[in-house]
Amino acid sequence: MKLHQKRLLYAGLIVLLVVIWIFYAANGPQTTAVLAGTVRAATLLALGAMCGMIGERSGVVNIGIEGQFLLSAFAAFTVASMTSSLFLGTIAGIGMGLLMGWMLAAMAVGLKVDQIIAGTVLNIAALGLTSFFYDRSRSLGVGKYTNIDLGPLADIPLVGTVLFSRPPLTYLTMALLIVVHVALFRSVWGMRTRAIGEHPGAADTVGIDVLRLRYFNVTIAGGLAGLGGAYLALEAVGTFSRAMSGGRGFLALAVMIFGRRTPFGAYAAALFFGFTTALQNQFQLNNTFDIPPQFVGMLPFIVTILVVALSGLIGSMRDPAALGQTYEKG
Amino acid sequence: MSEILLGAHDVSKRFPGVLANNQVSLQLERGRILALLGENGAGKSTLVNILFGMYRPDEGHVIIKGERVDLRGPDDAISRGIGMVHQHFQLVPPMRVVENIVLGAEPVLRGLVDLGEARRRVIELSRRYGLEIDPDAVVEDLPVGMQQRVEILKALYRNADVLIMDEPTGVLTPQEADHLLGVLRELTQTGLGVVFITHKLREVLAVADDIVVLRNGEVVGQTTPGETSENGLAEMMVGRSVMLRVDKSVAEPGDVVLELEKLSVEDDRGQIALNEVSFEVREGEILGVAGVEGNGQRELVEAITGLRGLSSGLMKIGSDEFTSGSTRQIAEKGVAHIPEDREKHGLIGVYSLEENSVLNRYHRKPFSLRGFLRRDVIKRHAEGVVDEFDVRTPSTSVPASSLSGGNKQKLIVGREFSDDIDLLVAAQPTRGIDIGAIEFIHRRILDQRDKGTAVLLVSAELDEILGLSDRIAVLYDGELMDVLDAEDSNREKIGLLMAGITDSKSSA
Repeated sequence: MKLHQKRLLYAGLIVLLVVIWIFYAANGPQTTAVLAGTVRAATLLALGAMCGMIGERSGVVNIGIEGQFLLSAFAAFTVASMTSSLFLGTIAGIGMGLLMGWMLAAMAVGLKVDQIIAGTVLNIAALGLTSFFYDRSRSLGVGKYTNIDLGPLADIPLVGTVLFSRPPLTYLTMALLIVVHVALFRSVWGMRTRAIGEHPGAADTVGIDVLRLRYFNVTIAGGLAGLGGAYLALEAVGTFSRAMSGGRGFLALAVMIFGRRTPFGAYAAALFFGFTTALQNQFQLNNTFDIPPQFVGMLPFIVTILVVALSGLIGSMRDPAALGQTYEKG
Repeated sequence: MSEILLGAHDVSKRFPGVLANNQVSLQLERGRILALLGENGAGKSTLVNILFGMYRPDEGHVIIKGERVDLRGPDDAISRGIGMVHQHFQLVPPMRVVENIVLGAEPVLRGLVDLGEARRRVIELSRRYGLEIDPDAVVEDLPVGMQQRVEILKALYRNADVLIMDEPTGVLTPQEADHLLGVLRELTQTGLGVVFITHKLREVLAVADDIVVLRNGEVVGQTTPGETSENGLAEMMVGRSVMLRVDKSVAEPGDVVLELEKLSVEDDRGQIALNEVSFEVREGEILGVAGVEGNGQRELVEAITGLRGLSSGLMKIGSDEFTSGSTRQIAEKGVAHIPEDREKHGLIGVYSLEENSVLNRYHRKPFSLRGFLRRDVIKRHAEGVVDEFDVRTPSTSVPASSLSGGNKQKLIVGREFSDDIDLLVAAQPTRGIDIGAIEFIHRRILDQRDKGTAVLLVSAELDEILGLSDRIAVLYDGELMDVLDAEDSNREKIGLLMAGITDSKSSA
């Protein structure tokens, strides 16, 4: 990041904090609710965005995140409800994510199917399977994940509630942001991953097995989406319902692009989109506008369109050069 | 005799329908430069890919430092000390120099890439070999010559003691090329061996210790610069005596046919690729456009032929002014175009020779009537082109993709020349084709000139520009540096202009 960009970023942050403080002074409970909702909505988007960016950084587009969310949420919910263990449910969600990541890799990397088609297959399969096996009578006997207070930190006004009194998977996601950041930009794996997404031929000539690394990455990234599914069913909502991912797998891709395929950038973007979601909820709750709720519910998606269009205009964002291309040796 | 670093022993490699290498043997000694010379398709790349472990030989074997080896892949070759600098650089553009050099063999500290250590090693290497480089520069910001240096350092970082250079001077200015040859010479003094692949005779004579010439997959000659000459090498490459210089008469320029006035054009990314360029081409003269590739030549040709819009300025063809025009409108003015990329813009591979022979005027009489093609007329036309332009093909009904590069090019030239033309725009007209076809096409271009056609010749091969042109324009970074008379110009003068150095700048 260049110096003037950094300054702009800090200036923006300060303005943001001041605005939040003003709102908090004016209406404490409302502000807290909106910000807590922001963090809640951002978690799922951040996990999806990380899944997408690991794929795209290696040159593979994953538009199947929506399906990965949905089927993993289903697996997590079903296992948790059968075993009465949220932990086992979470593991099942991650496992299902890995399995779907592996399926995407097998199609897009192994069989060299068009990546968009492969991702679409996942989405359609997930919708079909979950609708078919959906059992309305099943419920989560143990209840969903509950908030864990992080000692005295949780007692800080506003910040404590918003950041330090969260359920476990939210904390895990925040930790994963750091892990993925370090892995992508500091580790050997990350350097090679970025290389195969930009110029697989160059990586190949120095002995990096491009297809194997892509296979691995797309599979592992699926685990992140799987965690997202588990979060959705076991932490955010506490049940499973038909098509419950509700387009957020696609929204995660917008978040990823807007965050320049970096974990922290994506989290900032996720918070922004999460904010629109939380705001929309609050509007509906308070009946702020006298229009049908469906229109208020559109808010996050309208903002998505605007923001993605605008960020395209602003430019200076570049896709990995080998994105979407299958790699042939030689 | 000193140690033999790398050798091939009776190596043969067969591809469907071709014997790419037939019992090829060669030896590279420590501290020497071996030039591998041959035309396109002579089997150089196949041989090098075998030496670098990309292909396995069908017969024979590779010997590295006295040991007979069976290379399983490039990484196997790399670990045995073979380094290769590919013709198309294998670098990751948005990554930094140091990252590119260590990629695949990264120093590790506590599980993370130790960039500090990597930087130290790169600096140490660049000092030792006198290859100065900024390790933190981003590769895509570097000029081509520097990127090549990164490639060389990449090989040295992996402890290569053999460096295979595949057509390394194609993308360089003459001065940069000379510099590279000097660098290679110095590297051999530290004990490296270099395999140098090229089709440029001058460079071979300048730098090689040993020369191996390949033709049709076989070694047809082994010699040294002391024992041969450019003509001798050309004869070995082609198998018969060739005219390296085309005889040409003095040009008799007439009226202006093409006139550019402050023409500016943008490239695909919307950057200015050609900045207020003005020049003119007259009847009966060849204006050569010299420059390292990517300095606006492509955009110039595309603008003149109507493939790309002008962003400002004016273009005059004959008496008609254009600020925008379709390719057909321009072609109707008697403009012929030999495009740079013959596969993409010159021919339609799945169409037959017949169809390809009328691509520029199938819609006109006599080739079509009331919206229907007249196959018999087209067939006769195609047969005429094939005869006159010596296109080697079993029939005119085969798809164009079945032809060799040289024959494809002759078909394009034949198509473009079989109409009355006032202006010929020829972009890289002899790229990647055999010497025989080059000779032929050069001859035809000169004939066109003598018939009074104005010719704009764009080429990355300086020898071609110098050999054919009557006047020479040099492009650098989208600017027209100068237009020189061919008599007053030489390789050095043009080379400096190609690097953006004008007299006033160099004396300052």
